[in-house]
Amino acid sequence: MHRRKLIVFFAPSVAAERAVMRRTTLHAWLLLTPALVLLFAFTHYPAIATFWHSLFSTPRANRPARWVGTDNYLALLEDPIFWQAFWNNAIYAGATIPLSIGIALAMALWVNGRLGGRGLLRMAYFTPTILPMIAVANLWLFFFTPDYGLLDQVTSTLFGWGPTNWIGQPETALGAMIAVAVWKEAGFFMIFYLAALQAIPPTLYEAAAIEGASRWTVFRRVTLPLLGPTTLFILVNAVINGFRLVDHIIVMTRGGPNNATQLLLTYIYEVGFRFWDTATAAALTLVLLVILGGAAGVQFFILGKRTHYR
Amino acid sequence: MITLSRRAALIGGAATLAAPAALRAQTAREISFFYPIAVGGPITRIIDAYCQRFEAETGIKVTPVYSGSYGDTLTRAVTAIRGGAGPHFSVLLAAELHSLRDMGILAPIEDIAATADIREWLGGFFPAFMANSLADGKTWSVPFQRSTSVYFYNRAMFAEAGLNPDMPPRSWAELVTAGQRLTRREGQARWGVQLATNDGTAQWTFGALANQVGHQLMNAAGTEVFFNHPLAIEAAEFWRMMAFEHRITPQGVTEWATLAPSFLNGSAAMIWSTTGNLTNIRQNARFDFGVAGLPGKQAPRTVVGGGNLYIFKNANPAEREAALRFARFVTSPEIAADWCIRTGYLAVREDAWQTPALRRYTAEFPPALVAKEQLPVATGELSTFENQRVYRALNSNLQAILTGAKPARQAMADAQAEADRILRPFRRG
Amino acid sequence: MRGLRFTQSFGVALQTLGAWTLGILWIAPLLYAIWAAIHPTGYAVRFEIFAPLTLQNFTAAWDAAPFSRYFLNTFLLVTMILAAQFVLCTAAAFAFARGHFRGSSLLFGLVLIQLMIMPDILLVENYASMRRLGLVDTIFAIGLPYMASAFGIFLLRQAFMQIPKELEEAARVEGYGTIGILLRVYVPLAKPTYIAYGLTSVSYHWNNFLWPLVITNSVETRPLTVGLSVFASTDQGIDWAIISAATLMTSAPLLIGFMLFQRQFVQSFMRAGIR
Repeated sequence: MHRRKLIVFFAPSVAAERAVMRRTTLHAWLLLTPALVLLFAFTHYPAIATFWHSLFSTPRANRPARWVGTDNYLALLEDPIFWQAFWNNAIYAGATIPLSIGIALAMALWVNGRLGGRGLLRMAYFTPTILPMIAVANLWLFFFTPDYGLLDQVTSTLFGWGPTNWIGQPETALGAMIAVAVWKEAGFFMIFYLAALQAIPPTLYEAAAIEGASRWTVFRRVTLPLLGPTTLFILVNAVINGFRLVDHIIVMTRGGPNNATQLLLTYIYEVGFRFWDTATAAALTLVLLVILGGAAGVQFFILGKRTHYR
Repeated sequence: MITLSRRAALIGGAATLAAPAALRAQTAREISFFYPIAVGGPITRIIDAYCQRFEAETGIKVTPVYSGSYGDTLTRAVTAIRGGAGPHFSVLLAAELHSLRDMGILAPIEDIAATADIREWLGGFFPAFMANSLADGKTWSVPFQRSTSVYFYNRAMFAEAGLNPDMPPRSWAELVTAGQRLTRREGQARWGVQLATNDGTAQWTFGALANQVGHQLMNAAGTEVFFNHPLAIEAAEFWRMMAFEHRITPQGVTEWATLAPSFLNGSAAMIWSTTGNLTNIRQNARFDFGVAGLPGKQAPRTVVGGGNLYIFKNANPAEREAALRFARFVTSPEIAADWCIRTGYLAVREDAWQTPALRRYTAEFPPALVAKEQLPVATGELSTFENQRVYRALNSNLQAILTGAKPARQAMADAQAEADRILRPFRRG
Repeated sequence: MRGLRFTQSFGVALQTLGAWTLGILWIAPLLYAIWAAIHPTGYAVRFEIFAPLTLQNFTAAWDAAPFSRYFLNTFLLVTMILAAQFVLCTAAAFAFARGHFRGSSLLFGLVLIQLMIMPDILLVENYASMRRLGLVDTIFAIGLPYMASAFGIFLLRQAFMQIPKELEEAARVEGYGTIGILLRVYVPLAKPTYIAYGLTSVSYHWNNFLWPLVITNSVETRPLTVGLSVFASTDQGIDWAIISAATLMTSAPLLIGFMLFQRQFVQSFMRAGIR
């Protein structure tokens, strides 16, 4: 307290203060520059370049790129595979987000409570996050193989079902991919919830117990609101992953059967690196960027306002 | 007389000794290539051994980079070349001829060396294989690991089902009959026949089926496809009926990679596979099996496939020369015969089949000859410009047929429409 | 009263059952991988209790692809990225947290954009950039787009903002410059955040696939994920035993690390105040 008064007393003149501010500002910029350069080079610049390139045609060996304006976008609108990828992605994100968050919350509550074998459970839940998706995709490929695959062995023993071609038929292929994605993500989100749960002061629970609130009311009125910020944070991650988590699709179904598991990012990879149609890939990328940007906007402005911060 | 011949011998000898030295002055010391692994077995070890032997004989170090499936290898090679860090040559699908030409990254053989020697060497390949290398009067690739599609069948299961293991089906009707007797739905379930329907292979299977009704799917120039021709629709319809009416093959997508394991563990009595899997199956099958040419509507007909060696323009002349030398090495009779015995791929030149090693092998293991015998009734794999895109259009629709999403006529019409759209820029002028 | 206790204990029992069923479901693929890897190929699809054990699958997998090189590449990659991220994100976060200059909120907003728009999505353009820089097929190129991490800047800024200003002033009085204050006051106090962030970054980049797939071609640069995909590429007949062995080998370091440091992992997330 006294030291601060002393410093205020010996405060330098306004000009010197401004010099200090300028130096601080200079320092701040110096510290920022390396990170900013890299960020701009590999996020902002490519985003703008993508938009620019999407207005030209794809250059080929004997046909250089020419200005086509919105032609690439119009072609996309007419492309049935684009629309299928779009809707598939909507379903994929729409399913993985609530499922992974819900299961993560349940896992965190279970592991945080007084259930037997918590340590083992926690490890079991978190393991999928650590395994590389590529490695796991091959294991899941076995699970999903019709007839002698593990899933079919289980369903035939328990329910007497015949062989099901889980990833070889359009009806179940996307669902199978969703299952793999949820399996991979939930454990990771669980850790965040776990940390947040353990940070809730026990006094709140004691107060609720004194007031005779039921477990469900406690959960609804105390726990959930306090998990708000965590949920928002996890939601951001889940939304990004709903569009980014495609490794297993690339290895297991490659977008098939008949584009049943084609998502926007897999389509971008295919168009950009298999067909070498860079202009269409650029247009597709921009569509994905707009979607993600929109989702970001919604989350930060609308939902952010309604979250309870302590 | 003697003096002349001695002088001639001296000159000839000197020339032969000098030639490698002159050549060595031009060839590179180190080259690398991308290699896809498309069949089971210890292929990488065989390729490594060939590279080592080549280095011992010529002093040129060849480094193979194993890069996944044919599709993945194509992506990697083109990505690398576009990135300025590409391989000097690569083994890629023979059917990619037109696409690769269009990208302007290939170096035709005639541009590397146009001697009479080379021309004679090129003439020694089977014409069926060269069909995928020739365009615009030049040779763009060298056949290396070529195959025809054949089917493997479980002789024990045949006998058990009351079929004659020495007379496997040769026609569609016989295939259906055999399939129905072999398919078992309860107990130890198994399918009569399995065909690959995944993206990347379905077009190969369909190429065989189309040929079996006497139909070619594309034109030689690679600018037009004929998917909605009545014969093509007939072939697609037969495939659909195998899954839905006769029920001898599963519906939906069957992965190429699961064919051999399914055959080996008894889940499939017959599989339409490649001769390149022959040695792998021979070594791992715990039952008596047979090999036969794919059944046609009337008589056996099939499709050729496999990979060729493509030399790239981004390699400098010395490196291209070295790559060409390697190509000549692996297609020499001795190595080609060895490759055939150890994998089951067809030796691509007739002189390889005449070597003692291969003669002995085919004498003691006649199934090795089956694929070769099919060459006269084999057609080329689907090969057009924008090849991968056209494959995708066709394969998605084939999958739609086999999952029951679209009837055959509709699916083939859709495939044709999309392929037409893709190939339109190449038909102008 | 007894009825209520019964309902409560029944509820607990039901929850335990649910939790354990989910746990078994979740760990099933790993258990299967272990089963298939230690038994010969024929038993990969047959679950017989007295099947013979073998370690041959591991040796076969190790021989079949240059995994030692892949391990080295991945280790180099992850270390390089982590080191760069610590330096760059610390500097940037400090500037955002303590530097008051015009446009800092706008800049911070621009930085946050990278949270949503990851370099993965901008594959095609980033590849072209790398080509222009002549960095295609290098380990450096795999890591470069990720070195300035918006997530890291965000976390560290949050941590720095919670450090009381008195400490900084005390350090200033003792004569330390900006960098000195940063290194002596802020960094040590934000250690939990560094640990939590470091763990996230390592596991993310160890398992990253799509961008490394696109930017690498040769064995000398491929990380484990790409190497594994080449090795298990589905044109080959799938040998589940060998693939399981390879999977276990490539995931082993992370698995073992997590098993040993589970508690610290969770605690660091807690102390980092990631909420």
